[in-house]
Amino acid sequence: MQAVASMSVRVRPAAGLMLAVGCVLALAAVSLFIGVADMPLGDLIRGDGGAQAIQLLLVSRIPRTVALLLSGMSMGVAALIMQMLFRNRFVEPTTTGTVEAASLGLLVVALLAPGLPIFYKMVVASSFALGTTFLFLRLVSKIPTGSSLVVPLLGLMFGGVINAVTTFFAYRYDLLQSLATWTNGDFSGVLRGRYELLFIAGGLAVLSYLAADRFTVAGLGESFTRNLGLNYGRIVALGLAIVSMVSAAAVVTAGTVPFLGLIVANLVSLAVGDNLRRALPWVAVSGAGFLLACDIIGRLVRFPYEIPVGTVAGVLGSGVFLFLLLRRRARFG
Amino acid sequence: MIEIHNLTKRYEEAAVVDNVSLTLPESGITAIVGPNGAGKSTLLSMMARLIAPTSGRVLVDGLDVQATPGAVLAKRLAILKQNNQVGMRLTVNELVAFGRFPHSGGRPTVEDKRHVDEAIAYLGLDDLRTRFLDELSGGQRQRAFVAMVLAQDTKYVLLDEPLNSLDMKHAAAMMKLLRRTADELTKSITVVIHDINFASIYADHVVAMRDGRVMLEGGAVDLMQETMLKDIYDTVVKVREVDGHRLGLHYL
Repeated sequence: MQAVASMSVRVRPAAGLMLAVGCVLALAAVSLFIGVADMPLGDLIRGDGGAQAIQLLLVSRIPRTVALLLSGMSMGVAALIMQMLFRNRFVEPTTTGTVEAASLGLLVVALLAPGLPIFYKMVVASSFALGTTFLFLRLVSKIPTGSSLVVPLLGLMFGGVINAVTTFFAYRYDLLQSLATWTNGDFSGVLRGRYELLFIAGGLAVLSYLAADRFTVAGLGESFTRNLGLNYGRIVALGLAIVSMVSAAAVVTAGTVPFLGLIVANLVSLAVGDNLRRALPWVAVSGAGFLLACDIIGRLVRFPYEIPVGTVAGVLGSGVFLFLLLRRRARFG
Repeated sequence: MIEIHNLTKRYEEAAVVDNVSLTLPESGITAIVGPNGAGKSTLLSMMARLIAPTSGRVLVDGLDVQATPGAVLAKRLAILKQNNQVGMRLTVNELVAFGRFPHSGGRPTVEDKRHVDEAIAYLGLDDLRTRFLDELSGGQRQRAFVAMVLAQDTKYVLLDEPLNSLDMKHAAAMMKLLRRTADELTKSITVVIHDINFASIYADHVVAMRDGRVMLEGGAVDLMQETMLKDIYDTVVKVREVDGHRLGLHYL
C-alpha cells in the first residue's frame, strides 16, 4: 500500500500535544526514581561509587519505564484502529478475544515447542490473534446492527470461550501461573533483555500514522471507502495485522492492561475527534501517560510493595468507562 | 453516459434486479422511483461497483465499473449511500476534505483546498465547518455528506435516498440544490427517491422500477399518469395539475 504521509497539512505546531509530551516525559522521569532500592541522583552524577546506581538504572528502571511507554502507546493505538475497523466505540483487543487468542497461541508454543526463541513465540501468538480477530469481525458483520453494546458483549463472551480452552490446558499442564502473567499487565518483572519486543509494538504504532487517513475512511464504512476508490479489505487486513502484533507483543512481554486502550481512545475522541491524523498522536501520548501514571500509583500506594498496574488501571478505568456510558445515554437517549 | 446492459442481481434464487438495461444521460437529474423492494438501491450500488452483479455489466463513459481500478472510477463517479456513519466525530471540513482523496491521495494541494472551500460554500456550511458531525442536525449532516461528494468533483453523482430523514423544508431545499448543481455544474445526478412529486417537479429523466424490472424509462410527464402509477405502485394515485406541475395525491 502506498504510504500517505502529509505531516505538513497542519503547519501550526500542536502546542497542546507538545505540552502533553512534556507531561509524559516528566512522568517517565518520576517513574525512573521510584523503587525499593535507593538510587540517589547524586550518585548517578558523581560517577564514583555510583556504578551500582547506574547498573540499577540500566538494567531495571529504564527498561521498566520504556516498556510502560511503549505498551501504553501501542495499546492505545491498537484500540483506536480497532474501533475504526469495527465501527464501534467499545471494542479493543481485550474485548474481542484478540488477547485471549494470543494467549492461547503462546500456550500452544509453551506446550509444543517450549524452546522456541521469544520472537517466534510472538509470531505464533500474533497469528492466533489475527485469525481470531478476523473471525470475530466476520461474525460481527453477520449479526444485525442493534445496540452498540452487543459487539463488546459478544466479544467478551467470545474471549471467555477461548480463555476457557486455554485455562483448561494450562491447568492440565501446570501453566496457570504463566497464563496469569500474560494477560494481567505487570511491569515489575521487566528487566533488560525481557521487554525489547515491545519496540516492535511501538514501531507499529508509529508506522500506523502513515495509514491514518485510510483508517479514518474505513471508520466511515465500506461503501464510503470504496466510493473513494480505496480497497476496504486491504485496509482492514493492515489494521488487524497491526492490532494482532501489538497484542501479541504485549502478551509475550509485560502482559496486557484491560480497557486501557478503550478508555484512552474514547477520551481522545471526545477531545479532538476521530480524524486519525489528529487523534493518533494524542492516543499514543495519552496511552503512555495513563499507563505510566497507573504504574506510579501502583508502586506508591503500598510502598514498598506493588499493586499490579492492571488493577490500578482497572479501578480508574471503570470509573471513566461508567462516565462514558452515562454520557452516551444522555446524548442519545 | 452510463450504460447498463442486462444487469441482474440474485440473492439465493430471488432476482432483486432482473435483466435491467438502461442508458443514463450525461447531465441533468435522473430519478429512480418505485415501491419498496423494487431493487432501486441495489441497482444504484451495482452502478457504483459497491455490489458485484450476478450477470450483466455497467459502463461509465465506456469504462466497465467492475474492471476499472477503484481510484480511476472514483474521479468520474461518486455515490452516497443512506445511513452514513454519524457516530464518527469528524468536523464538516474534515469530512468534505476526504472527498478529495481520489485526487490528492492524502496530500491535498491548493487546488484540492479550493474544491473543498467551494463545496462547503455551495452547501451553505461555512459557519459549520469546524463543527463535529455528531453535533449537527439531520439536515445539516446530510448537506455535509452531499458537500463531500461534490468536492469529489465527479461528472456522475449517485445519491441513495438523499431526502430520507429530512423534513419538508430541508427536503425541498435539497432538491432545489441538486437541481442547481446539475444545471450550474453540468453534472449527471441520479437519485433514488420515494416521493414521486419531487421526481415530477425536479427530474429530467425518470426510471420507474418494480420487482427488479424497469417499468418506465422516460420523462416526468410519462410517470405522472394515473394508469402508470397504478401499474408501478399497485395502488390508486390521483394526478392533478397544480401551478403547471403534475402532482400525485396518494393520500386519498
